[in-house]
Amino acid sequence: MTKDSYILGIETSCDETAASVVKNGTEIISNVVASQITSQKRFGGVVPEIASRHHVEQITLVIEEALANAELKPEELDAVAVTEGPGLVGALLIGVNAAKAFAFANGLPIIGVHHIAGHIYANQLMQPMEFPLLALIVSGGHTELVIMEGHGSFKLVGETRDDAAGEAYDKVARVLGLPYPGGPKIDKLAAESDGQVVFPRAWLEPGSYDFSFSGLKSSVINYKHNLAQKGEDVNPFHVAAGFQASVVEVLTTKALRAAKEFGVKQVIAAGGVAANKGLRASLEETFKTQDIPFYVPPIALCTDNAAMIAAAGSAMFIDGIRGNLAMNGKPGMPLVSWKQ
Amino acid sequence: MIWLGIDTANTPISVALVKDGELLIEGTSAMAINHSLRAMPAIEELLEQAGLVPTDIDAIAVSEGPGSYTGARIGVTIAKTLAWTLGKPLVGVSTLKALAANALFFNGLVCPIVDARRGNVYAGVYQYVEGKLTEIIEDGHYSLEELVHLLEQHSSPVLFVGKDTAMHEKKLIEQLGHRAVLAPLQFNLPRASSLIYIAAQSESEADIHAFVPEYRRIAEAEANWLKEQGKDNDRG
Repeated sequence: MTKDSYILGIETSCDETAASVVKNGTEIISNVVASQITSQKRFGGVVPEIASRHHVEQITLVIEEALANAELKPEELDAVAVTEGPGLVGALLIGVNAAKAFAFANGLPIIGVHHIAGHIYANQLMQPMEFPLLALIVSGGHTELVIMEGHGSFKLVGETRDDAAGEAYDKVARVLGLPYPGGPKIDKLAAESDGQVVFPRAWLEPGSYDFSFSGLKSSVINYKHNLAQKGEDVNPFHVAAGFQASVVEVLTTKALRAAKEFGVKQVIAAGGVAANKGLRASLEETFKTQDIPFYVPPIALCTDNAAMIAAAGSAMFIDGIRGNLAMNGKPGMPLVSWKQ
Repeated sequence: MIWLGIDTANTPISVALVKDGELLIEGTSAMAINHSLRAMPAIEELLEQAGLVPTDIDAIAVSEGPGSYTGARIGVTIAKTLAWTLGKPLVGVSTLKALAANALFFNGLVCPIVDARRGNVYAGVYQYVEGKLTEIIEDGHYSLEELVHLLEQHSSPVLFVGKDTAMHEKKLIEQLGHRAVLAPLQFNLPRASSLIYIAAQSESEADIHAFVPEYRRIAEAEANWLKEQGKDNDRG
């Protein structure tokens, strides 16, 4: 009988201070997230210095709560997994230093996890991953298509060349005068809309799996300006619906093409924008008709959380990956395979 | 009673272990190294050289700022995590007070300075009175002019401490004349032993979870936001 593993995950890469305990890489024992959204709302976005200040206030509290909810003592853990990057540097290093101090004090190994590997492994908490697998990662900082041939193997096949999808959502929300965070509000307006403005789709050169959303954002701004010059107001429902339709169509079409080309057995979506209902519906529908299993985690596991970091950390733990006390926050960390 | 002291609040780093009022080992460096990367290995090395393990630590002292926001956060995050998980008391000490403690026996005022850019400094003024380092002018973020003005209200000589005093030397001497004395090099770096000396005389933090750096300045975004709120209120 193999021994159960308990991994403590810590995540502070942006504006959520989070800690979680995951058993055997697949079962959430506890999952604590302290959100800064009420504070960051005042600034219409995440201010790095404010984020770092909140992380210091919350970090030991969330770790304590994650252990208490799991009814585990530090010595019953097998390792500490922490988001090493990418993200806001000042925010990352709160989690990294807390993780290092906690691991050192309790004689535990430490594992540095890539934030996107975490988002992908959030799926492992729902159902086993089957390879080859296509992951569509869409969040405020990322828009990527990744092929995995096995655990710990990542091949980036497409990424955004400018704005991330979530970034475009937030910017367009601002143009429409919607409060931060704009993504969920655009999703809601789009769902309630009775029509849509047609905006362009950025397909880029034929065969490319890359994305571009800054042109779309400019189209929305131009559309608003043109109407303003005529003394007219935009219909926010129609703009939201048109903008969302463009983003969703491009993401869905490219994901489908990649899934077919690489002959994947499973498609998964991850990241904060994977919580978008319009996108979820489109992906579900498309892959259902193609008979390719498609999964997206529940919303709480799409947005930033530490369970996903513990899940990825568990897979790294099994493969013998260990960090050391000289670990640092890496704001521009590339997604590198830990296994071929 | 074993104390671990940690100061990463500015460019220098200092870590020390004090046992029963005796300094066991101290490491101090002014090299611009990355605290996030180096602080934990430095603590590990310190304990190893002293033949101690983390659970041997009885209390933790940390430099709480003001100074570099990021620097102070690294030390505070490490210190509060260690104190909480080891179940040991934590004492936060002003970065400036700890620097002043380097020069306890000066007969006059001691003014620790940390440069805060654009002609500003983080500073406080201390005096050694009846065996205790006493705050005469509160730690804060001052323009150099303000600080000099405050010091002009006093007549005693002033010893300026800290490695950043050098960049303000000319102005200080110009304004305060022979009253201004600059500390020699061996007193200008924060010493974790000085930090522990002050911490041992201080109350420990009642709530380790709530312990955060003393920034002495609100974040720029927050200041702008408050200004906007003020405007809105004025508009009524």
